[in-house]
Amino acid sequence: MESLKAEGVEHIFGIPGGANLPTYDALVDAQLRHIQVRHEQGGGHAAEGYAKASGRVGVAFATSGPGATNLVTAIADAMMDSVPTVFVTGQVRTELIGTDGFQEADILGATLPFVKHSFQATDPRQIPEYVHEAFHIAPTGRPGPVLIDIPQDLSRAEIEYAPRTEPVDLAGYKPSTGGNVKQIRIAAKALANARRPVLYTGGGVVNANASEELRELAGADRFPVTSTVMGLGAFPASHQQWLGMLGMHGTRAANYAMDEADLIVAIGARFDDRITGKLSEFAPAAKFIHIDIDPAEISKNIPVHIPIVGDAKQVLPKLTREYRALQTDPSRLDAWRKQIHAWQEEYPLHYEPGEDGEIKPQFMIEAMHRATEGDAIVTSDVGQHQMWAAQYYGFDRPRRWINSGGLGTMGFGLPAAMGAKIACPGEAVVCLAGDGSLIMNCQELATCVNEEIPVKVFLMNNGYMGMVRQWQELFWDRRYSAVEMGPSPDWVKLAEAFGATGMRCEDAADLEEMMAKALETDGPVLLDVRVSPEENCFPMIPAGAAARDMVG
Amino acid sequence: MCSVVGVMMEAGTPELVKLEELRVPGQLSGRKHILSILVENKPGVLARIAGLFARRGFNIDTLAVGPTDDPDISRVTLTLDGAVHPIGQVTKQLHKLINVLKIRDMEPEETVAREMAMFKVSSAVENRAEIIQFAEIFRAKIIDVSRRTMTIEVTGSAEKIEAFERMIRPHGLIEMVRTGEIAIVRGSA
Ligand SMILES: Cc1cc2nc3c(=O)[nH]c(=O)nc-3n(C[C@H](O)[C@H](O)[C@H](O)COP(=O)(O)OP(=O)(O)OC[C@H]3O[C@@H](n4cnc5c(N)ncnc54)[C@H](O)[C@@H]3O)c2cc1C
Ligand SMILES: Cc1ncc(C[n+]2csc(CCOP(=O)(O)OP(=O)(O)O)c2C)c(N)n1
Ligand SMILES: [Mg+2]
Repeated sequence: MESLKAEGVEHIFGIPGGANLPTYDALVDAQLRHIQVRHEQGGGHAAEGYAKASGRVGVAFATSGPGATNLVTAIADAMMDSVPTVFVTGQVRTELIGTDGFQEADILGATLPFVKHSFQATDPRQIPEYVHEAFHIAPTGRPGPVLIDIPQDLSRAEIEYAPRTEPVDLAGYKPSTGGNVKQIRIAAKALANARRPVLYTGGGVVNANASEELRELAGADRFPVTSTVMGLGAFPASHQQWLGMLGMHGTRAANYAMDEADLIVAIGARFDDRITGKLSEFAPAAKFIHIDIDPAEISKNIPVHIPIVGDAKQVLPKLTREYRALQTDPSRLDAWRKQIHAWQEEYPLHYEPGEDGEIKPQFMIEAMHRATEGDAIVTSDVGQHQMWAAQYYGFDRPRRWINSGGLGTMGFGLPAAMGAKIACPGEAVVCLAGDGSLIMNCQELATCVNEEIPVKVFLMNNGYMGMVRQWQELFWDRRYSAVEMGPSPDWVKLAEAFGATGMRCEDAADLEEMMAKALETDGPVLLDVRVSPEENCFPMIPAGAAARDMVG
Repeated sequence: MCSVVGVMMEAGTPELVKLEELRVPGQLSGRKHILSILVENKPGVLARIAGLFARRGFNIDTLAVGPTDDPDISRVTLTLDGAVHPIGQVTKQLHKLINVLKIRDMEPEETVAREMAMFKVSSAVENRAEIIQFAEIFRAKIIDVSRRTMTIEVTGSAEKIEAFERMIRPHGLIEMVRTGEIAIVRGSA
């Protein structure tokens, strides 16, 4: 406990059990706020939401066995999206390990493939040491989840805690952050020679808190900027040079620009297959500069010409300085700017407006933007609603958009919103939920009520697991299979049963006003918004196709 | 520490880097690699390495683990095929394991590599002399003899052991045990 406090931990999400009873006993006297969640997965995602909103390490506790295995999805999610988190699990007593003891699960073994690192204590004196090491590893370099598994007898032992005086120094862990100066110089020169450059940015820019530095680089020659779904907000969507998101559900302007670019500068982005589509046809004309803090990301999916390993926050200003020093002629980019502008004019995001009060999902996102003045922290579940939000909300600031991209975990939104609200109590926090997703972790409404966490859930209720339905419609001959949600539950009643406020909106004319009302209402609110059931999310690049073959 | 792959061109000249001239190096070397990996002697380290290989679809050909002169550090020596695995990617992934301290992709010319193997062969009276002769040629040792079998210890490069195996197999190979290669850099390094 003392070591956690020494690390500045103020909030912990979790559920107690036999194996972590001693830890929970210590919580009684600790000056920490423990948020008692209703399912360990919720606790794990709450820790993620907390970390993504604030940049601080999120912490979740679970007991041994089922408590620990319930955390697994959240741990995997944190790994995929590089979220700085520390998970502390109870374990059976040391002498029972390996005997299939009551509530024993080899959580260390189970999570090996998706932790940044993990520890199992074998001596009580290791516990504070491991805590400090975990808080060193989780947020530095490429962030990720660290697991500490503590057998019950060890967490029970009394030890003297001597506060750490030295910073943690691990022989096998020295992330390099500065970027190789020579490589940066070469990159600047390549950029100076480019005629069709694009800055392809990602979650790494958010993690690096390098929005300002990105804007500086982009401003050096008004370079066009696009971003993955993970990087939204790092570059303002209202900016003139903004192309919109790229990838499977990105804008045509962004994807066409990638397709025709002669130089792509990837910054904290990892060439995910939702971006590259068909690898052999990805950005066929381009050379690549890749700035990433994780050397293993370089040339993992796409062979890179100029790699720069380092922290975007440190590398970008150096690159901007080198570039400016070259004093290139900005007019060489005029034709490219004109081309991009033409794409933007010709292919804006668009949808057929609803008639007779029908609420189009895209309209719902636009209404949400107006009701929140474009400045809420928005968490999301996974599906069509997630992509519409990414397309239509227009994030202007980083850490305002919190979603599960890599693992794509349905049920992420509500617990993540809880975590974000705890981290940023002064901000409006909205969970944009899908009806298929929300039910997966709806138990956390009880947490919101009991712990007085006033998140607002705007449910995009299309009656379907819409994203899967869309694929069945488009690629499987409209043979719908297991995608209808049916009439259950009655969301308003469900919200009320939990002690939250439930509201429903079925008419586009009322929507913005109801959202405003939900935002003004004290405590947690669930607003059930009935949207067009079979709207498709366009444009899209069909799986395995190339960018120029976008449909819709 | 992080191996940076990519263009290796001099900065400065020419004044601007011409995009057409940028190249990426090939990812596959086409030869066998011996990786010598120093790891912290902590529980689960081997599971982390093995798990990483399994998950990323890297195939280990041989694997040998043992102590070093420092009791806190162990050495893992493994061989894998650079014709199918991008070795750069393999070593970078290994480096991400916190308990991995140092990785050396051993250069063939600078490296002495050895492996030990034991062969149990059936030895009737009539071929016993021939087997002993093979053993002598290969500077192998006969370490056990029974009425119907002989056990032979061979030390050498993987190629030598494979050559011995080819010779002995027709005589009725009952069982073979190999340690996997270990390697050390030659004197001057
Ligand atoms: C239904 C669905 C649809 C999707 N469709 C799309 C889509 O259309 N478009 C899209 O973009 N995504 C889409 N995704 C998300 C996609 O799966 C990936 O999660 C996403 O593209 C990865 O984003 P990223 O490349 O920014 O990497 P992240 O996962 O955010 O990784 C960050 C990268 O930055 C590096 N990094 C971290 N910190 C630093 C630092 N300080 N300095 C420098 N580098 C750093 C890391 O090493 C890593 O390489 C979709 C997901 C779902 C669930
Ligand atoms: C835990 C989990 N199970 C299954 C999936 C596969 N999946 C992806 S999107 C989706 C549908 C989501 O439905 P909903 O939350 O209603 O969102 P919509 O697409 O309708 O907006 C499903 C089932 C997933 N991503 N996560
Ligand atoms: Mg739905």
